Amino acid sequence: MVLDAGWAVKWLTLCAQAMAEHRVELIELDRAIGDSDHGENMDRGFQAVLAKLGESTPETPGAALKMTAMTLMSKVGGAAGPLYGTAFLRAATAVGDAAEIEPSTWADALAAARDGIVARGKAEPGDKTMVDAWTPAVDAARAAADGGSADLLGVLVAAAEAAEAGAVATDPLIARKGRASYLGERSAGHRDPGAVSSALILRAAVGAAA
Amino acid sequence: MTVSIVVVSHSAKIADGAIELAAQMAPGVVLLAAGGTDDGRIGTSLDKVLAALEQAGGDGAVVLTDLGSAVMTAESALEFLGDPEGVLLADAPLVEGLVAAAVAAQGGADVRAVKDAAEAALGPARRQEPGSADAAGDRPGGGAPPDCTGDFELVNLAGMHARPAAKMAGGLSSLDAEVTINGVDGASMTGLMTLGAGKGSVLHVEAWGTDAERAVSYVSALVQSGFGEP
Repeated sequence: MVLDAGWAVKWLTLCAQAMAEHRVELIELDRAIGDSDHGENMDRGFQAVLAKLGESTPETPGAALKMTAMTLMSKVGGAAGPLYGTAFLRAATAVGDAAEIEPSTWADALAAARDGIVARGKAEPGDKTMVDAWTPAVDAARAAADGGSADLLGVLVAAAEAAEAGAVATDPLIARKGRASYLGERSAGHRDPGAVSSALILRAAVGAAA
Repeated sequence: MTVSIVVVSHSAKIADGAIELAAQMAPGVVLLAAGGTDDGRIGTSLDKVLAALEQAGGDGAVVLTDLGSAVMTAESALEFLGDPEGVLLADAPLVEGLVAAAVAAQGGADVRAVKDAAEAALGPARRQEPGSADAAGDRPGGGAPPDCTGDFELVNLAGMHARPAAKMAGGLSSLDAEVTINGVDGASMTGLMTLGAGKGSVLHVEAWGTDAERAVSYVSALVQSGFGEP
Protein backbone atom coordinates (compact mmCIF):
# COMPACT_ATOMS: atom_id res chain seq x y z
CA MET A 1 0.00 0.00 0.00
CA VAL A 2 1.35 3.41 -0.98
CA LEU A 3 -0.05 6.93 -0.82
CA ASP A 4 0.10 7.66 -4.53
CA ALA A 5 -2.18 9.51 -6.91
CA GLY A 6 -4.55 6.53 -7.00
CA TRP A 7 -4.85 6.63 -3.22
CA ALA A 8 -5.48 10.39 -3.32
CA VAL A 9 -8.30 9.95 -5.83
CA LYS A 10 -9.84 7.23 -3.69
CA TRP A 11 -9.44 9.41 -0.58
CA LEU A 12 -11.22 12.35 -2.17
CA THR A 13 -13.94 10.06 -3.49
CA LEU A 14 -14.47 8.69 0.03
CA CYS A 15 -14.51 12.26 1.37
CA ALA A 16 -17.33 13.08 -1.04
CA GLN A 17 -19.15 9.93 0.05
CA ALA A 18 -18.71 10.79 3.73
CA MET A 19 -19.94 14.37 3.25
CA ALA A 20 -23.03 13.10 1.42
CA GLU A 21 -23.71 10.50 4.11
CA HIS A 22 -23.17 12.92 6.98
CA ARG A 23 -24.78 15.90 5.30
CA VAL A 24 -27.83 15.94 7.55
CA GLU A 25 -25.75 15.31 10.69
CA LEU A 26 -23.49 18.27 9.84
CA ILE A 27 -26.51 20.44 9.10
CA GLU A 28 -28.02 19.54 12.49
CA LEU A 29 -24.77 20.23 14.33
CA ASP A 30 -24.41 23.55 12.55
CA ARG A 31 -28.04 24.46 13.14
CA ALA A 32 -27.44 24.21 16.89
CA ILE A 33 -24.55 26.66 17.01
CA GLY A 34 -24.09 28.16 13.53
CA ASP A 35 -26.03 28.92 10.40
CA SER A 36 -26.83 25.30 9.44
CA ASP A 37 -25.11 25.44 6.06
CA HIS A 38 -22.02 23.34 6.81
CA GLY A 39 -23.44 19.98 5.65
CA GLU A 40 -24.83 21.52 2.51
CA ASN A 41 -21.64 23.40 1.73
CA MET A 42 -19.27 20.47 2.35
CA ASP A 43 -21.45 18.14 0.30
CA ARG A 44 -21.57 20.59 -2.57
CA GLY A 45 -17.83 21.25 -2.38
CA PHE A 46 -16.81 17.61 -2.47
CA GLN A 47 -19.36 16.77 -5.17
CA ALA A 48 -17.59 19.43 -7.23
CA VAL A 49 -14.27 17.74 -6.43
CA LEU A 50 -15.75 14.46 -7.67
CA ALA A 51 -16.83 16.13 -10.88
CA LYS A 52 -13.30 17.50 -11.38
CA LEU A 53 -11.85 14.04 -10.83
CA GLY A 54 -14.21 12.82 -13.55
CA GLU A 55 -12.80 15.35 -15.99
CA SER A 56 -9.13 14.56 -15.48
CA THR A 57 -7.01 12.25 -13.35
CA PRO A 58 -4.34 13.95 -11.24
CA GLU A 59 -0.85 12.57 -11.79
CA THR A 60 0.45 13.05 -8.25
CA PRO A 61 -1.10 13.25 -4.77
CA GLY A 62 0.02 16.89 -4.67
CA ALA A 63 -1.84 17.70 -7.89
CA ALA A 64 -4.98 16.08 -6.44
CA LEU A 65 -4.68 18.15 -3.26
CA LYS A 66 -4.19 21.37 -5.21
CA MET A 67 -7.17 20.70 -7.43
CA THR A 68 -9.22 20.02 -4.30
CA ALA A 69 -8.06 23.31 -2.75
CA MET A 70 -9.12 25.31 -5.80
CA THR A 71 -12.46 23.57 -6.04
CA LEU A 72 -13.39 23.88 -2.37
CA MET A 73 -12.44 27.56 -2.33
CA SER A 74 -14.66 28.18 -5.32
CA LYS A 75 -17.64 25.96 -4.59
CA VAL A 76 -18.18 25.79 -0.83
CA GLY A 77 -19.25 29.41 -0.38
CA GLY A 78 -19.11 29.57 3.43
CA ALA A 79 -16.11 30.01 5.70
CA ALA A 80 -15.28 26.32 5.31
CA GLY A 81 -14.30 26.99 1.68
CA PRO A 82 -11.25 29.16 2.27
CA LEU A 83 -10.37 27.24 5.45
CA TYR A 84 -10.35 23.78 3.87
CA GLY A 85 -9.07 25.26 0.62
CA THR A 86 -6.08 26.71 2.41
CA ALA A 87 -5.56 23.43 4.29
CA PHE A 88 -5.44 21.42 1.06
CA LEU A 89 -3.33 24.06 -0.67
CA ARG A 90 -0.70 24.05 2.10
CA ALA A 91 -0.77 20.25 2.22
CA ALA A 92 -0.23 20.17 -1.54
CA THR A 93 2.84 22.38 -1.12
CA ALA A 94 4.13 20.13 1.67
CA VAL A 95 3.94 16.96 -0.44
CA GLY A 96 5.30 18.69 -3.54
CA ASP A 97 5.31 16.73 -6.78
CA ALA A 98 6.43 13.43 -5.27
CA ALA A 99 4.72 10.36 -6.72
CA GLU A 100 4.13 8.91 -3.25
CA ILE A 101 3.67 10.39 0.22
CA GLU A 102 5.95 8.96 2.94
CA PRO A 103 4.64 8.58 6.51
CA SER A 104 6.62 11.52 7.82
CA THR A 105 5.55 13.64 4.83
CA TRP A 106 1.94 12.86 5.73
CA ALA A 107 2.60 14.24 9.20
CA ASP A 108 4.23 17.32 7.60
CA ALA A 109 1.28 17.76 5.26
CA LEU A 110 -1.20 17.61 8.15
CA ALA A 111 0.87 20.15 10.08
CA ALA A 112 0.96 22.46 7.04
CA ALA A 113 -2.80 22.07 6.62
CA ARG A 114 -3.43 22.85 10.27
CA ASP A 115 -1.12 25.87 10.12
CA GLY A 116 -2.99 27.10 7.06
CA ILE A 117 -6.32 26.82 8.86
CA VAL A 118 -4.90 28.70 11.85
CA ALA A 119 -3.39 31.39 9.63
CA ARG A 120 -6.65 31.88 7.73
CA GLY A 121 -9.15 31.56 10.57
CA LYS A 122 -7.03 32.92 13.44
CA ALA A 123 -8.42 30.24 15.76
CA GLU A 124 -6.41 28.59 18.51
CA PRO A 125 -6.78 25.19 20.11
CA GLY A 126 -9.70 25.26 22.53
CA ASP A 127 -11.72 27.79 20.50
CA LYS A 128 -14.18 25.04 19.50
CA THR A 129 -13.27 24.94 15.83
CA MET A 130 -11.82 22.51 13.31
CA VAL A 131 -8.40 23.35 14.78
CA ASP A 132 -9.42 21.18 17.75
CA ALA A 133 -9.58 18.16 15.45
CA TRP A 134 -6.49 19.01 13.40
CA THR A 135 -4.06 19.77 16.20
CA PRO A 136 -4.33 16.38 17.97
CA ALA A 137 -4.27 14.72 14.54
CA VAL A 138 -1.01 16.48 13.66
CA ASP A 139 0.54 15.50 17.00
CA ALA A 140 -0.59 11.88 16.71
CA ALA A 141 0.61 11.53 13.11
CA ARG A 142 3.96 13.10 14.03
CA ALA A 143 4.41 10.79 17.01
CA ALA A 144 3.45 7.72 14.99
CA ALA A 145 5.71 8.66 12.07
CA ASP A 146 8.67 9.51 14.31
CA GLY A 147 8.16 6.41 16.49
CA GLY A 148 9.08 4.31 13.50
CA SER A 149 7.07 1.35 14.73
CA ALA A 150 3.92 2.45 12.99
CA ASP A 151 3.56 1.63 9.31
CA LEU A 152 1.93 3.99 6.85
CA LEU A 153 -1.55 2.78 7.71
CA GLY A 154 -0.75 3.22 11.40
CA VAL A 155 0.10 6.88 10.83
CA LEU A 156 -3.15 7.48 8.95
CA VAL A 157 -5.14 5.70 11.65
CA ALA A 158 -3.43 7.63 14.44
CA ALA A 159 -4.35 10.95 12.79
CA ALA A 160 -7.96 9.93 12.15
CA GLU A 161 -8.51 8.62 15.68
CA ALA A 162 -6.99 11.72 17.24
CA ALA A 163 -9.17 13.95 15.05
CA GLU A 164 -12.28 12.02 16.04
CA ALA A 165 -11.39 12.29 19.73
CA GLY A 166 -10.62 15.98 19.21
CA ALA A 167 -14.05 16.54 17.64
CA VAL A 168 -15.77 14.82 20.58
CA ALA A 169 -13.71 16.93 22.96
CA THR A 170 -15.24 20.12 21.48
CA ASP A 171 -18.57 19.25 23.14
CA PRO A 172 -18.02 21.11 26.43
CA LEU A 173 -16.05 23.99 24.91
CA ILE A 174 -17.34 27.54 24.60
CA ALA A 175 -16.91 28.81 21.05
CA ARG A 176 -14.55 31.74 20.61
CA LYS A 177 -14.46 31.91 16.79
CA GLY A 178 -16.98 31.93 14.00
CA ARG A 179 -20.74 32.24 14.13
CA ALA A 180 -20.97 29.97 17.19
CA SER A 181 -19.01 32.49 19.27
CA TYR A 182 -22.05 34.80 19.22
CA LEU A 183 -23.79 32.21 21.40
CA GLY A 184 -21.16 32.41 24.13
CA GLU A 185 -21.81 29.89 26.87
CA ARG A 186 -24.82 28.50 25.06
CA SER A 187 -22.42 26.98 22.52
CA ALA A 188 -21.24 24.49 25.18
CA GLY A 189 -22.88 21.07 24.96
CA HIS A 190 -22.74 20.95 21.17
CA ARG A 191 -20.11 19.38 18.94
CA ASP A 192 -18.34 21.66 16.49
CA PRO A 193 -19.41 20.79 12.94
CA GLY A 194 -16.07 21.82 11.42
CA ALA A 195 -14.21 19.51 13.78
CA VAL A 196 -16.56 16.70 12.78
CA SER A 197 -16.09 17.24 9.04
CA SER A 198 -12.32 17.40 9.59
CA ALA A 199 -12.42 14.02 11.32
CA LEU A 200 -14.48 12.63 8.42
CA ILE A 201 -11.81 13.76 5.96
CA LEU A 202 -8.99 12.16 7.94
CA ARG A 203 -11.01 8.93 8.43
CA ALA A 204 -11.57 8.77 4.66
CA ALA A 205 -7.77 8.87 4.21
CA VAL A 206 -7.63 5.61 6.19
CA GLY A 207 -10.42 4.06 4.18
CA ALA A 208 -8.63 4.84 0.94
CA ALA A 209 -5.49 3.05 2.14
CA ALA A 210 -7.20 0.00 3.62
CA MET B 1 -1.40 55.55 -12.92
CA THR B 2 -4.80 54.19 -12.01
CA VAL B 3 -5.12 51.52 -9.37
CA SER B 4 -7.97 49.02 -9.85
CA ILE B 5 -10.29 48.03 -7.01
CA VAL B 6 -11.86 44.63 -6.41
CA VAL B 7 -14.96 44.25 -4.23
CA VAL B 8 -15.46 40.85 -2.60
CA SER B 9 -18.91 40.49 -1.07
CA HIS B 10 -21.16 37.62 -0.01
CA SER B 11 -23.82 39.17 -2.18
CA ALA B 12 -23.55 39.96 -5.89
CA LYS B 13 -26.04 42.77 -5.37
CA ILE B 14 -23.93 44.36 -2.65
CA ALA B 15 -20.78 44.19 -4.78
CA ASP B 16 -22.54 45.60 -7.84
CA GLY B 17 -24.37 48.26 -5.84
CA ALA B 18 -21.31 49.46 -3.98
CA ILE B 19 -19.46 49.71 -7.28
CA GLU B 20 -22.33 51.58 -8.89
CA LEU B 21 -22.12 54.11 -6.08
CA ALA B 22 -18.35 54.50 -6.19
CA ALA B 23 -18.23 54.68 -9.99
CA GLN B 24 -20.23 57.89 -9.86
CA MET B 25 -17.36 59.59 -8.08
CA ALA B 26 -14.53 57.78 -9.80
CA PRO B 27 -15.50 57.25 -13.44
CA GLY B 28 -11.92 56.58 -14.53
CA VAL B 29 -11.21 53.76 -12.10
CA VAL B 30 -11.61 50.08 -12.95
CA LEU B 31 -13.94 48.70 -10.26
CA LEU B 32 -14.41 44.95 -10.32
CA ALA B 33 -17.14 42.98 -8.56
CA ALA B 34 -16.62 39.54 -7.06
CA GLY B 35 -19.92 39.02 -5.28
CA GLY B 36 -21.78 35.83 -4.42
CA THR B 37 -20.93 32.27 -5.33
CA ASP B 38 -20.42 30.81 -8.81
CA ASP B 39 -24.00 29.59 -8.85
CA GLY B 40 -25.50 32.87 -7.66
CA ARG B 41 -25.95 32.02 -4.00
CA ILE B 42 -24.87 34.06 -0.97
CA GLY B 43 -21.20 33.39 -0.30
CA THR B 44 -17.82 34.09 -1.83
CA SER B 45 -15.93 32.40 -4.63
CA LEU B 46 -12.23 32.09 -5.23
CA ASP B 47 -12.89 31.85 -8.98
CA LYS B 48 -14.66 35.18 -9.01
CA VAL B 49 -11.90 36.86 -7.02
CA LEU B 50 -9.21 35.41 -9.27
CA ALA B 51 -11.13 36.49 -12.37
CA ALA B 52 -11.47 40.02 -11.00
CA LEU B 53 -7.77 40.21 -10.14
CA GLU B 54 -6.99 39.04 -13.66
CA GLN B 55 -8.92 41.97 -15.10
CA ALA B 56 -7.21 44.48 -12.82
CA GLY B 57 -4.75 46.73 -14.61
CA GLY B 58 -0.98 46.71 -14.23
CA ASP B 59 -0.94 49.65 -11.80
CA GLY B 60 -1.93 47.43 -8.91
CA ALA B 61 -5.17 46.57 -7.18
CA VAL B 62 -6.73 47.05 -3.77
CA VAL B 63 -9.21 44.44 -2.57
CA LEU B 64 -12.12 45.36 -0.29
CA THR B 65 -14.23 42.75 1.46
CA ASP B 66 -17.39 42.54 3.52
CA LEU B 67 -17.78 39.81 6.16
CA GLY B 68 -15.32 37.31 7.64
CA SER B 69 -15.22 34.60 5.03
CA ALA B 70 -14.94 37.14 2.22
CA VAL B 71 -11.71 38.24 3.88
CA MET B 72 -10.57 34.61 4.01
CA THR B 73 -11.44 34.04 0.36
CA ALA B 74 -9.57 37.18 -0.67
CA GLU B 75 -6.54 36.11 1.39
CA SER B 76 -6.72 32.65 -0.17
CA ALA B 77 -6.78 34.17 -3.64
CA LEU B 78 -3.62 36.14 -2.91
CA GLU B 79 -1.97 33.05 -1.47
CA PHE B 80 -3.01 31.09 -4.53
CA LEU B 81 -1.40 33.68 -6.79
CA GLY B 82 1.77 33.64 -4.69
CA ASP B 83 1.08 36.98 -2.99
CA PRO B 84 1.54 39.15 -6.08
CA GLU B 85 3.22 42.49 -5.57
CA GLY B 86 0.91 45.41 -6.08
CA VAL B 87 -2.22 43.67 -4.81
CA LEU B 88 -3.21 44.73 -1.30
CA LEU B 89 -6.11 43.84 0.96
CA ALA B 90 -7.71 46.77 2.74
CA ASP B 91 -9.18 46.36 6.21
CA ALA B 92 -11.98 48.83 5.75
CA PRO B 93 -15.76 49.16 5.87
CA LEU B 94 -16.93 48.12 2.43
CA VAL B 95 -19.00 51.05 1.21
CA GLU B 96 -17.14 53.93 2.85
CA GLY B 97 -13.80 52.29 2.18
CA LEU B 98 -14.62 51.63 -1.46
CA VAL B 99 -15.75 55.18 -2.14
CA ALA B 100 -12.69 56.64 -0.42
CA ALA B 101 -10.38 54.21 -2.24
CA ALA B 102 -12.02 54.89 -5.60
CA VAL B 103 -11.66 58.63 -5.13
CA ALA B 104 -7.99 58.22 -4.20
CA ALA B 105 -7.40 56.00 -7.22
CA GLN B 106 -9.15 58.53 -9.43
CA GLY B 107 -6.72 61.14 -8.11
CA GLY B 108 -3.79 59.01 -9.25
CA ALA B 109 -2.74 57.63 -5.86
CA ASP B 110 -0.57 54.52 -5.84
CA VAL B 111 -1.72 51.18 -4.52
CA ARG B 112 -0.45 51.79 -0.97
CA ALA B 113 -2.14 55.20 -0.82
CA VAL B 114 -5.40 53.78 -2.16
CA LYS B 115 -5.34 51.11 0.56
CA ASP B 116 -4.62 53.79 3.16
CA ALA B 117 -7.51 55.89 1.88
CA ALA B 118 -9.85 52.92 2.28
CA GLU B 119 -8.62 52.19 5.78
CA ALA B 120 -8.84 55.85 6.82
CA ALA B 121 -12.56 55.54 6.15
CA LEU B 122 -12.98 53.62 9.39
CA GLY B 123 -14.51 56.77 10.83
CA PRO B 124 -13.92 58.91 13.89
CA ALA B 125 -14.83 56.18 16.38
CA ARG B 126 -11.93 54.01 15.25
CA ARG B 127 -9.42 56.82 14.93
CA GLN B 128 -6.81 57.44 17.51
CA GLU B 129 -7.89 59.54 20.47
CA PRO B 130 -6.27 62.98 20.41
CA GLY B 131 -3.63 63.30 23.11
CA SER B 132 -3.11 59.55 23.39
CA ALA B 133 0.41 58.28 23.88
CA ASP B 134 1.76 58.34 20.32
CA ALA B 135 -0.67 60.77 18.74
CA ALA B 136 2.05 63.40 18.36
CA GLY B 137 3.98 61.23 15.93
CA ASP B 138 0.89 60.95 13.74
CA ARG B 139 0.27 64.67 13.70
CA PRO B 140 0.65 66.04 10.15
CA GLY B 141 3.98 67.67 9.59
CA GLY B 142 5.30 65.81 12.65
CA GLY B 143 3.86 68.53 14.90
CA ALA B 144 5.58 71.42 13.05
CA PRO B 145 3.50 74.52 12.24
CA PRO B 146 1.79 74.32 8.85
CA ASP B 147 3.57 75.72 5.79
CA CYS B 148 0.39 77.35 4.57
CA THR B 149 -3.09 77.96 5.95
CA GLY B 150 -6.36 79.48 4.85
CA ASP B 151 -10.00 79.90 5.87
CA PHE B 152 -12.79 79.59 3.35
CA GLU B 153 -16.54 79.83 3.75
CA LEU B 154 -18.72 77.29 1.97
CA VAL B 155 -21.03 79.11 -0.44
CA ASN B 156 -22.89 76.32 -2.20
CA LEU B 157 -26.34 75.38 -0.87
CA ALA B 158 -25.63 71.76 -0.07
CA GLY B 159 -22.28 72.38 1.62
CA MET B 160 -19.72 69.61 1.95
CA HIS B 161 -21.75 66.62 0.72
CA ALA B 162 -20.43 63.54 -1.06
CA ARG B 163 -19.54 65.00 -4.46
CA PRO B 164 -17.60 68.02 -3.19
CA ALA B 165 -15.85 65.84 -0.63
CA ALA B 166 -14.87 63.39 -3.36
CA LYS B 167 -13.58 66.20 -5.55
CA MET B 168 -11.61 67.81 -2.77
CA ALA B 169 -10.13 64.58 -1.42
CA GLY B 170 -9.28 63.41 -4.93
CA GLY B 171 -7.46 66.64 -5.77
CA LEU B 172 -5.61 66.85 -2.47
CA SER B 173 -4.52 63.23 -2.55
CA SER B 174 -2.66 63.84 -5.81
CA LEU B 175 -0.60 66.70 -4.31
CA ASP B 176 2.65 66.31 -2.42
CA ALA B 177 1.24 67.81 0.75
CA GLU B 178 -0.35 66.78 4.01
CA VAL B 179 -3.55 68.71 4.42
CA THR B 180 -6.04 68.92 7.26
CA ILE B 181 -9.39 70.61 7.01
CA ASN B 182 -10.96 71.45 10.36
CA GLY B 183 -8.66 68.80 11.76
CA VAL B 184 -9.57 65.93 9.45
CA ASP B 185 -7.42 64.48 6.67
CA GLY B 186 -8.16 66.52 3.54
CA ALA B 187 -7.38 63.52 1.33
CA SER B 188 -10.06 61.45 3.05
CA MET B 189 -13.44 61.84 1.45
CA THR B 190 -15.24 60.24 4.37
CA GLY B 191 -13.24 62.37 6.78
CA LEU B 192 -14.45 65.49 4.97
CA MET B 193 -18.02 64.26 5.00
CA THR B 194 -17.92 63.64 8.73
CA LEU B 195 -17.34 67.38 9.19
CA GLY B 196 -21.00 67.88 8.36
CA ALA B 197 -20.08 71.34 7.09
CA GLY B 198 -23.07 73.12 5.60
CA LYS B 199 -23.44 76.39 3.68
CA GLY B 200 -21.80 79.20 5.66
CA SER B 201 -19.42 76.90 7.53
CA VAL B 202 -15.79 77.95 7.47
CA LEU B 203 -13.16 75.44 6.44
CA HIS B 204 -9.85 75.97 8.19
CA VAL B 205 -7.12 74.52 5.99
CA GLU B 206 -3.63 73.66 7.21
CA ALA B 207 -1.07 72.26 4.79
CA TRP B 208 2.45 70.91 5.10
CA GLY B 209 4.95 69.94 2.40
CA THR B 210 6.15 70.96 -1.05
CA ASP B 211 2.68 71.51 -2.47
CA ALA B 212 1.27 73.19 0.66
CA GLU B 213 0.48 76.45 -1.10
CA ARG B 214 -1.04 74.71 -4.10
CA ALA B 215 -3.20 72.67 -1.76
CA VAL B 216 -4.58 75.73 -0.02
CA SER B 217 -5.28 77.54 -3.27
CA TYR B 218 -6.90 74.38 -4.65
CA VAL B 219 -9.31 74.29 -1.71
CA SER B 220 -9.86 78.02 -2.02
CA ALA B 221 -10.78 77.78 -5.71
CA LEU B 222 -13.08 74.80 -5.19
CA VAL B 223 -14.90 76.34 -2.24
CA GLN B 224 -15.28 79.77 -3.78
CA SER B 225 -16.67 78.32 -6.99
CA GLY B 226 -19.23 76.46 -4.86
CA PHE B 227 -17.88 73.24 -6.34
CA GLY B 228 -19.64 74.26 -9.51
CA GLU B 229 -22.97 73.96 -7.73
CA PRO B 230 -25.64 76.54 -6.94
